[in-house]
Amino acid sequence: MAGSLFIHGKTGMGRRLGAGLVVGLLLAFILIPILALFFRISLAEFIASFSDPMVWNALVLSLVTASISTVTIILIGTPVAWINARHDYPGREIVDTLIDLPLVIPPAVAGLALLMTFGRTGLIGGFLYGFGISIAFTTLAVIMAQIFVSVPFYVRQARASFEQLDPVYEQAARSLGSTTAPTFFSIILPLVKSGLIAGAIMSFARALGEFGATIMFAGNFQGRTQTMPLAIYTAMQGDIDASITLSLVLILISFMVIALVKFQLRREVRC
Amino acid sequence: MKQFLGIPLAVFLLIAIILSGCVGEQAQSEKNKTDLTVFAAASLTGAMTDIAKDYEALHPDVHIVTNFDGSQALRTQIEQGAYADVFLSANTKHMNALRDQGLMENDTISLFARNKLTVIVPVGNPANITTLKDLARPGTRLVIGTKDVPIGDYARQILKKMANDSAYGSGYQDAVLKNVMSEETTVTFVVAKVQLGEADAGIVYESDVTPENRDKISMIPIPDTFNVIAEYPGGVLAQSGKNAEARKFLSYLTTDGGQTVLARYGFIRP
Repeated sequence: MAGSLFIHGKTGMGRRLGAGLVVGLLLAFILIPILALFFRISLAEFIASFSDPMVWNALVLSLVTASISTVTIILIGTPVAWINARHDYPGREIVDTLIDLPLVIPPAVAGLALLMTFGRTGLIGGFLYGFGISIAFTTLAVIMAQIFVSVPFYVRQARASFEQLDPVYEQAARSLGSTTAPTFFSIILPLVKSGLIAGAIMSFARALGEFGATIMFAGNFQGRTQTMPLAIYTAMQGDIDASITLSLVLILISFMVIALVKFQLRREVRC
Repeated sequence: MKQFLGIPLAVFLLIAIILSGCVGEQAQSEKNKTDLTVFAAASLTGAMTDIAKDYEALHPDVHIVTNFDGSQALRTQIEQGAYADVFLSANTKHMNALRDQGLMENDTISLFARNKLTVIVPVGNPANITTLKDLARPGTRLVIGTKDVPIGDYARQILKKMANDSAYGSGYQDAVLKNVMSEETTVTFVVAKVQLGEADAGIVYESDVTPENRDKISMIPIPDTFNVIAEYPGGVLAQSGKNAEARKFLSYLTTDGGQTVLARYGFIRP
């Protein structure tokens, strides 16, 4: 078997060849499909697709909703991550695990769960509907679906960043008479900034790519709930150029996200 | 460090073994049967499931594999290389598109059913919709199909017809479309949203109101003057390796056996 050759091969040559093969195969498997999208459309067609209101609406809606989701996640996630990093309380580990749940719950399940909760006949939605408030199938539902699936990315990263920070900084600040809030904003936050930004970027990327929960909980309506992934899915059945254009935009954003996260995390390691 | 390559290899081999195991098993259980893959419009879900069962009972050597989705989605799948023996579309547009690309056996394409559209509301009718005019009332939560899925295309044709009628007025179409809260890629999703009570109304086929869901949704008929007749063409794919079997199944749809089931689901004879 070829396997035994790699593992027990006496020469480093065979091992290096095997390692190169495995790495190369995986890389090819990831990169070729991404590149294939670029070959299916000309630059002129790509640019022309932007005149399609579906493409434009989806792009704007995605960027706006993912930004709002990310800001919300930062506002809520930062204190939660700080509390869980610095304060020990009974059930803290359980809370941590529960916050991670959306990472493993399939998005379609999340969408159905949100609909059963906030839908017009849902657990909470039914109550709200009595006051004339409906959430499902609105832009708000898009944002809620995005927050649900992407909040763990930020909280995990933020907690890790807080934990890496030596408590000596806070103690020093406090011993010099600084109170809690100013210490947090002027001492701690600047020190973990890079980690938090990296976490926020990851959450933003996940929110931007959200599909399953969104289509189930927010529906599919151009300009209101049809985000880029939903538009890609819908357009694939009609105007495939629009579908590919949106995919390429998402790929470019993804590249930027990875580059930014690497850059941010490297900065944190340095300081 | 020597284990370094062993792990990915072991995983790869494990996956390969599992995959080959699956394939082997499947091949074994169906070894004496001819698999006939039928891509059918989502609106045929109920009827075609029953017909497949009847057909298998009549032809024990045939096993029908069905794939239900919006006709436009099935068309895309076929265009992108999905294997099917028979394609049953909910409009002629998507069938013709495949025919024009040389993907169909042209002489097999024929209509096997017709359908009409209707407005449905959830039981209890929360928005109190009693006439088609009510669909234009601001704030009504309406669900229709996308413009590519046949049901969405037909619905837009109807709204256009109504807007041309003085009883509804030219603003009718825009007013109704403004109330659309979601555009679904298959009619079954439209029905589901109404059935769940999430939407006030939906535009679907008459065949979507079945004995099973009649306690959850009710119909507000669309008069024939505005209604469209949805035409369902079926055909054998050029790529089908089971041409004779596929033709036989297709012709069964127009026999009394097939038509009885289709009629039970509210389809009209071709």
